[in-house]
Amino acid sequence: MDDAIAVRDLVVDRGGRRVLDGISCRVPRGAVTGLLGPSGSGKTTFMRAVVGVQLVSGGTVTVLGQPAGTPALRHRVGYLTQAPSVYADLTVRENARYFAALYGRGRVEADRAISDVGLAEAAGQLVATLSGGQRSRASLACALVGEPELVILDEPTVGQDPVLRADLWARFHAMAAAGTTLLVSSHVMDEAARCDQLLLIRQGRLIADDSPAAIRAAAGVDDLDEAFLRLIRAGEAASTSTDATAARETA
Amino acid sequence: MNARILAATTGRILRQLRHDRRTIALLVLVPAVLLTLVYFMYADQPTPPGQPTTFDRIALVMLGIFPFVIMFLVTSIAMLRERTSGTLERLLTTPLGKLDLLFGYGIAFGLAAAVQAAVAAAVAYWIFDLETAGSIGLVIGIAVLDAVLGVALGLLCSAFARTEFQAVQFLPVVVIPQLLLCGLFVARDQMAGWLQALSDAFPLSYAIEALQEVGAHAEPTGRMWRDVAVVFGAVVLALVLAAATLRRRSG
Repeated sequence: MDDAIAVRDLVVDRGGRRVLDGISCRVPRGAVTGLLGPSGSGKTTFMRAVVGVQLVSGGTVTVLGQPAGTPALRHRVGYLTQAPSVYADLTVRENARYFAALYGRGRVEADRAISDVGLAEAAGQLVATLSGGQRSRASLACALVGEPELVILDEPTVGQDPVLRADLWARFHAMAAAGTTLLVSSHVMDEAARCDQLLLIRQGRLIADDSPAAIRAAAGVDDLDEAFLRLIRAGEAASTSTDATAARETA
Repeated sequence: MNARILAATTGRILRQLRHDRRTIALLVLVPAVLLTLVYFMYADQPTPPGQPTTFDRIALVMLGIFPFVIMFLVTSIAMLRERTSGTLERLLTTPLGKLDLLFGYGIAFGLAAAVQAAVAAAVAYWIFDLETAGSIGLVIGIAVLDAVLGVALGLLCSAFARTEFQAVQFLPVVVIPQLLLCGLFVARDQMAGWLQALSDAFPLSYAIEALQEVGAHAEPTGRMWRDVAVVFGAVVLALVLAAATLRRRSG
């Protein structure tokens, strides 16, 4: 029972549409797990289910040994939403200090979270005056400021410059080395190689759940993008042949 | 509820207000300007002997109505902004309790209303010679309670508004009937029975009656304390209902 997250047969319907269709997987502790998939594949819904803010139709989500959404987990889980959710009419520092206070942390932790995301020089600036990339880093600082055991990050590196992106990934791995579990979503395949473990979802189904090396080996190619394409094609071929068999049987 | 989180939330809302100088200026100056209008409207009206002047009667009631209406609007919009900016969803994944957030708004805007009511009362008493049998302190205290009533109803109504257009429409729905039936236009005991019943069900009627009691009696009366208790009860009820409509999980 050393998994940070254990998901069994998770089904979620939104607006009459099945968004997640029977997902089962485990996320190991103290590692960076990538949640990869195209836009609309169900990544955000999956993360919302883990954080415990998503109404689910079926299945179970266990987080740090407790059912997702349990009040005690709110002290131990940090969540970065895809759209930056910080107060635009406060400064970066005021935002970080407020979220720090919610977790019982102080000014020192708030200032550290701000410099960890490379915003030390903009700490006194109103969030409304920041660039899109800075704004999403301000939001990231507020997710990390409580020093949670499990961090759920929905596309944290979108719109960041390459140097900052590398810095952020180094930061994520340093956190993992210190024992924090990270679940990071991305729709950019080149980020997949930076993760210790990968979950690939497409159209609400889990297509791959393994380390990048194992996925490369299974597909027989070095390029992860190509490996995923082969896995998807193989999956589609399998389901079409089942459909064909079913059609023949009905005929 | 948690004292540390409540204090942090109250401070955060006041800090947001502090960055918005124009709103502060509007909050403080608008009631004083409107009182000036009322003063000159009634300046030449004859007063029946032994009765308070029309200005005294109207201005006293206005001191309670301005903070109620303004804080209702400000709160509706503030809460809607929490929803649309994603900060509400994020807050609900943190250790913050729903009542910490709702009471935080109540206290922060209550403090803002105290400044507003003090300035408006100072203008009414010292520039326009408002005369009341009871003390100015009680008038300001009841005005602040009216503001908190506006905040509580605003928080409750914002749960039913998905857009800014809807939020603003709650003013004519929730506030104006209470204004019409509170006894300002037609004395409550001269209204048709069913209107009296409606008036009895509206919390603003008690708030206005409490102010009129202070206007007519040198010492606080039992009826005034009963009215204050009713308004206070309505505030707590609205806040608890608002908490019940805040859902951590959504579809």
